[in-house]
Amino acid sequence: MAVLEMENKTLELDADGFLANIDDWNEDVAKVFAKEEGIEELTEQHWTVINFMRDVFKEKGDAPSIRRLTKESGVNTKELYALFPKGPAKKAARIAGIPKPKGCI
Amino acid sequence: MAIEKVSIVVSRGSLEGVYPGLIMANGARMEGIEATLFFTFFGLDAIIKKRMDNLSVATVGNAALRLPGGMKMPTVMGAIPGMSSFVTHMMKKEMDKIDIPPVGEFIEMIHDAGGELYACKATVDMFHLGMKDFCPQVSDIISVGQFYEMSENAEIIFT
Repeated sequence: MAVLEMENKTLELDADGFLANIDDWNEDVAKVFAKEEGIEELTEQHWTVINFMRDVFKEKGDAPSIRRLTKESGVNTKELYALFPKGPAKKAARIAGIPKPKGCI
Repeated sequence: MAIEKVSIVVSRGSLEGVYPGLIMANGARMEGIEATLFFTFFGLDAIIKKRMDNLSVATVGNAALRLPGGMKMPTVMGAIPGMSSFVTHMMKKEMDKIDIPPVGEFIEMIHDAGGELYACKATVDMFHLGMKDFCPQVSDIISVGQFYEMSENAEIIFT
């Protein structure tokens, strides 16, 4: 089982390299994941997306679709892709500490 | 090796002919894969302003179409006036439930996500169309040669 080494503890990752337990997540974990994805600094807009994804996951058990994300979070499609250039769906979910999104849209 | 770029050809103009290409293009961008869409023949209806949100499901000659309950829809039933718009309405309703946007909104979404859209020159000439007929997200009208040039190192997907 892959793990993420943090300063004071070791966190379990799932087969996709996403956090295995959503409750292990905190802002420091997000920052470590972001660096791995090539995002040096998480801006306020990044946090808006991250928090929205976590809220939807807690409510529905899956990440929001890009459509819902852009309609309801206040971050539009262009901004979203600029924030997560390597693909917003998976990257943002990983940074947000939720499992890999299951949806197609 | 991971896929880095896709070129998707949309050649059909029915609702079920257009959506797979759009879903694949949008899905590619979601994964950080470059995506180019090339609309040809009746597929052009998906980028013609006046038609894009008015596509319908083909109910005649569609051997896989089934009635609610699972029985195959007889061809003559598919030809009943209003059947195509009824089936189209049902399908759009189901798509909305799983957050698949209407064609116009979907095209805008793909474009905003960095996907590029092109119209096929041969078809444009054949149907006497021009840039003025297309939605603003269409970058250009290109020849098949230009399409291949643009598709260097891309996976070409024909739908």
